[in-house]
Amino acid sequence: MTERSPREKRDPLARKKARHVSPATRSRAMHAMSARAAQGRFVLQVCTDCDKATYPPRDACPYCWGELVWQDRPNGAEILCETVIRTSTDLYFRDHLPWRMGKVALDAGPVALVHLHQDLGVNDRAAVRLMLDRGGNAALFALPPTGEIDMTDPQLREFTVPVVGKTVLVSDASSAIGLAVVKALHDAGAGLIVAGMLPPERLTDQKHPILNLDGVQPVPLDIVDQVSLSEALSKVGGPLDIVINTARHVRGGGVSEQANIVEQRRAFDVSAIGFTRLAQACAPMLAGRSHGAFVDLISSDALAGATDNAAFAAAEAARLSLLQSFRHEMRAAGVRVLSVFTGPVEDEHHQPVPPPKVAPARLAAAIVDALHQGREQSCVGDVASDAMARWLSDPMLYAREKNL
Amino acid sequence: MNMSTNPALAAMLGEIASGAIRVIDLTNILSSDFPVIVLPSEFGQCEPFRMETVSRYDGNGPAWYWNNISMNEHTGTHFDAPAHWITGRDIPNGTVDAIPAEDFIHPAVVIDIADEAAADDDFIVTRGFLEEWEKQNGPIPARHWVLLRSDWSKRVGTLSYLNLKDDGAHSPGPDADAMRFLVHDRDCIGLGVETVGTDAGQASLFDEPLPAHSILHGNGRFGLQCLTNLDQLPVFGSVIVATPLKIKGGSGSPLRVIALAPDKD
Repeated sequence: MTERSPREKRDPLARKKARHVSPATRSRAMHAMSARAAQGRFVLQVCTDCDKATYPPRDACPYCWGELVWQDRPNGAEILCETVIRTSTDLYFRDHLPWRMGKVALDAGPVALVHLHQDLGVNDRAAVRLMLDRGGNAALFALPPTGEIDMTDPQLREFTVPVVGKTVLVSDASSAIGLAVVKALHDAGAGLIVAGMLPPERLTDQKHPILNLDGVQPVPLDIVDQVSLSEALSKVGGPLDIVINTARHVRGGGVSEQANIVEQRRAFDVSAIGFTRLAQACAPMLAGRSHGAFVDLISSDALAGATDNAAFAAAEAARLSLLQSFRHEMRAAGVRVLSVFTGPVEDEHHQPVPPPKVAPARLAAAIVDALHQGREQSCVGDVASDAMARWLSDPMLYAREKNL
Repeated sequence: MNMSTNPALAAMLGEIASGAIRVIDLTNILSSDFPVIVLPSEFGQCEPFRMETVSRYDGNGPAWYWNNISMNEHTGTHFDAPAHWITGRDIPNGTVDAIPAEDFIHPAVVIDIADEAAADDDFIVTRGFLEEWEKQNGPIPARHWVLLRSDWSKRVGTLSYLNLKDDGAHSPGPDADAMRFLVHDRDCIGLGVETVGTDAGQASLFDEPLPAHSILHGNGRFGLQCLTNLDQLPVFGSVIVATPLKIKGGSGSPLRVIALAPDKD
């Protein structure tokens, strides 16, 4: 990114643009596909009897009535035909016409109806991605299989969260993670980055080179404090597009052993109550935007607890639960709520933890990637990926092993 | 009716009404962005002031407005009781609920260190400085609050109030000899300051660390911190009214501190 794109300007007299979301009603089988799409996987139902893959999702194999299971499948395809939709009674699609769709022959077997990237035509090879539409439901999107994908494709933009020119709030930018996130957003071309600075501040903090980058605006912010949050939001110039919640209070200690109640309470205040405050305050601002998104950085300890960081893990687990509700609320407004799971981070709070640890810059890159992919759930680093895989396969066993 | 009237009280009320006695508010506004003392990270930290609206003429209370508040005992303009420090742990009546009420009203002497503090963030008040001050202004009377006017309160709202640098906080305060002089030789009631603590910002590194806390409280004396408007007080002749909340076993308390002072003539 060489030049900063200007922030959007609007006609103050024009009536506010109504935002619609894509149609939401789906079968239970389709929700199962969406849950996997949220993880960035490409899955199809495969019959346990005849081994054939099928699409769209069904309750039984259409060939032999056998039982269907979800499997990761290769996502290559060839485009068979295309069409352009020029009229629709659906409010969401009416706002985005004309809309190109096509039929593809998936290498995995089925022929499927897909959304088409503008650079693709009939007989082209394509990589089909399972993505979430603005209403949070899975849809197949065909992209060029190789080379750099043009992210400005208007249809693709509906499935992702563009960062260029957008206004972003980073809830805690004073930590190593926060600084890395601010830098990554700046490099990705964000228009204005409001960088929350957790008090108390040192005299030298404001001189940090990252906080003095073009388009970065530090403001004092402690999401635990309603007054501080209101004041910080009042300083956001213009509409707010994206919120990135990096606030966390990592402290060691167990439950009956080495438990410091003051620190534990702060962990809950930041992770759970602070999140609710932040979400509550930002939700109406994000809901009015064409590509509103809320990214939450969360510890993989939220999945099954952590003996040495019991309160931190519990506080993160509380937020994981709150995020489920918030995500549901925001779907109706077309705002994406993205979770980025991480294990221990290479920062001052994880000094007693041996490697592997995730570098703050890698975490920041993963957050920007999650936005660009519109991926609802990401895991960064070996610890978080392993935790998620083990938790998905056997949650009770994982909780037992994790806390041995 | 058997109502006795005290002529002194009646006269005082009359003089407050006429303005012959000024009432000066020495308290900073208690708000969530008012800084609290920062300790090294291995220690527990002081909670700042927080306010949560329960209702404001809305569905949660249509005709009334009220807030839940939380804070540390040492947040904002506050009072330090002897039990705040380990040296004062065995002092009788050393917690805020047990301090006799007559100790909440005492005269004050104001020592101006504003120029020195402006020139040096780490200005230390020494016994020598106090003796020199007495030569210029007269002796510090017994049973007085000693108030250090540093003009530090004028920094509230800026980072230079806590003045945190990579090597810690930088703000003025007394050394141990000065404190022993004030407590043992001048029998002070306590020490009142405009900074976030009675001790200097770097006082934990002194040979006798944190002498104001240690010596004041070890001898049953009090502390007042985060005061403001000390520049409006005369050197001698003002009276401080400082009544901490009656917290059971409390080590201190946020409070409203006022001074009664003669009209400026």
